Amino acid sequence: MRVCRKERGSLFVLHFNALNSWVLGKAIHSLSRIGDEVYFEPLENGLSLRSVNSSRSAYACFLFAPLFFQRYEYPVASDEDQDTNEPFHCKVLMKSVLNVFRSLSSLEKTVEKCRISLNPQTSRLVIQLLCKYGVVKTHNLSFQECESLQAVFSKDVCPNLLRASARVLVDAVVHFPATLSEVTLAPSCGGRVIFRNYLEEETDPSKMMLTEMALNEDEFLHFQISKESEITFCLKEFRGLLSFAESSSLPVSIHFDIAGRPVVLSLEDPVLEVHFVLATLSEAEVSGSQKLTGGSCTQDGNRLSPSEAVGDDFQSDDIDSYMIAMETTAVEEATVNGCQLPHSPTFPLKGSKRTEGSSSTLLKPGGRRKDLLMLSNNKPESESEGENEEPGEVPGTPPNKKFRSLFFGSVLSQMDALHHTGLSEEVLAEASDVEEDS
Amino acid sequence: MPLSTQPETGDDQYILVANLDNVRNLSNILKAIHFKDHATCFATKNGIKVTVENAKSMQANAFIQAGIFQEYTIKEDSVVFRINLTVLLDCLTIFGTNALPASSTALRMCYKGYGHPVTLFLEEGGVVTVCKIHTQEPEDTLDFDFCSTNVINKIILQSEGLREAFAELDMTSEVLQITMSPDKPYFRLSTFGDSGSAHLDYPKDSDLMEAFHCSQTQTNRYKLSLLKPSTKALALSCKVSIRTDNRGFLSLQYMIRNEDGQICFVEYYCCPDENIDEREP
Repeated sequence: MRVCRKERGSLFVLHFNALNSWVLGKAIHSLSRIGDEVYFEPLENGLSLRSVNSSRSAYACFLFAPLFFQRYEYPVASDEDQDTNEPFHCKVLMKSVLNVFRSLSSLEKTVEKCRISLNPQTSRLVIQLLCKYGVVKTHNLSFQECESLQAVFSKDVCPNLLRASARVLVDAVVHFPATLSEVTLAPSCGGRVIFRNYLEEETDPSKMMLTEMALNEDEFLHFQISKESEITFCLKEFRGLLSFAESSSLPVSIHFDIAGRPVVLSLEDPVLEVHFVLATLSEAEVSGSQKLTGGSCTQDGNRLSPSEAVGDDFQSDDIDSYMIAMETTAVEEATVNGCQLPHSPTFPLKGSKRTEGSSSTLLKPGGRRKDLLMLSNNKPESESEGENEEPGEVPGTPPNKKFRSLFFGSVLSQMDALHHTGLSEEVLAEASDVEEDS
Repeated sequence: MPLSTQPETGDDQYILVANLDNVRNLSNILKAIHFKDHATCFATKNGIKVTVENAKSMQANAFIQAGIFQEYTIKEDSVVFRINLTVLLDCLTIFGTNALPASSTALRMCYKGYGHPVTLFLEEGGVVTVCKIHTQEPEDTLDFDFCSTNVINKIILQSEGLREAFAELDMTSEVLQITMSPDKPYFRLSTFGDSGSAHLDYPKDSDLMEAFHCSQTQTNRYKLSLLKPSTKALALSCKVSIRTDNRGFLSLQYMIRNEDGQICFVEYYCCPDENIDEREP
């Protein structure tokens, strides 16, 4: 799958100054809230850094325009390259990149220049920090060639758009506890927007603290609510974006549709474009949900933890904890199958073996349904399905547990049959996996 | 001198008596070598040397010269004992570690000789704590035979320049490779970890470089786990001297300025790692 390439010194070279290395470092920190890998994609219109979480319910993309850099060398495809005339993509472990940019204060204080180059001959992504006193830090990071990572979303068709300064939004979410996983954004026609902590349906509201923040229409730079809807999304990623937005003092645009459709958070600057796409919870339209919730209250007291247990179980082979997880998360568990298209092949393969036993529970009405954030390649599936799925395969990449549950919820009952007969996209993933194995 | 009000009787039975107005001048420097529980103390009329060793491959020495103490009496040519350093440090910081200049703890340290405990009188704000710490049979310490005439390369750096480097070392690397050379890259620290390699280059004309005496190119690897404890000394120091001899042995000397502006030294010796595998040049 290695793309043939004309021999040349390096594929791309970037030079940038102290301030911009700080911005890049900040972007890496922000991405580290999303996934375990960073996708480096040097494109004609700039360097793109992307990440997606393991359950593919959150995606982030930073695009630094060539003008962001003092020097931006992008490989121009020559005739020889025509067959493989596609941008080069690679991914690097978040941990190792984060290590390079770990201390933002020292980036600010000591780094004078940064140089990033990619050398295919040595298979190393070289990040050089030229620091004060002539000290040069060179990090040769190993990378994996991979296909482009692209989320399918169109913010322009979203009927609702809120734009506010990062400060306003930071002030709004700062009151939520650090452990809170999801926050609900509820605009009302009265021109107010309410942020409140999301309570699990199963939890007893009398035992929980409810925090609510209302923002007035005039706090927003742009306020357009065509379709009134409440959306619930994950706070951790949102905070990651806000912290970047605040430091770069860019206004945050929130594009959203009905609950269940992904929310697109974006920042725009002449040399920088940032998009975060987060899955939102979709409230239960399911008729049977209420019936079940009463009975399963005790089991499902914490909706997230059972799925966490499952997530762990895929990695370890602890059957006991798996059994417990099975009991408590039959519904979510079953939905794993439904998500196999965008999911990495590793999990569904292992997961499907295990979940077969629980297939009877598939038809149990779920407490709540959530929509999937659809992520796929920006290429036709037939062409690149195999490579598509590859990003999720890196061994030792722990799944983002909390978001798994979001992702799990996406299954639609009418699709169940498909998943079971293996006619779903799962087949594609499996096939490609087989291919790669052979 | 708060302790001068203490009865002075019986002082003649001690072979070692040392008084210190600010115990942090001792405790801070001992912390710089505190990576193992046990330490061997050698006292002579010049002062006290405290030695800690690890894995028979590295040794750390802290020198507390007699001048650091307000009073220092020794009745024998040399006094040697082994002591639990963790306990000693716990006792020295028994009034807390916060560095408020107004509240300094005074120390009187006494030792009667072989077989006796070390007695510490600690006084702060009129409260006196007496600690007796058992001493142990002294063990032979390693002789690295690190002789300055065999030194091939020597660099003196401002510690500031190394502090960040050591804090950010890729701990997934087993070794730290140190290259010293009269030519480029002059002084290079390299790690080879899970995510790739990292090099840190210091040019010889850098403002951080106080002295640069390299006669030939030397590349040696040292176990990172052995060197990591020296970060504690680095954190306290203002300058560090890095030397390697003809066998590749490494000497790191840290110049530490205490709260009273006096200079102390901490020294680390480390054997090179023999198992050089050429994972990456």
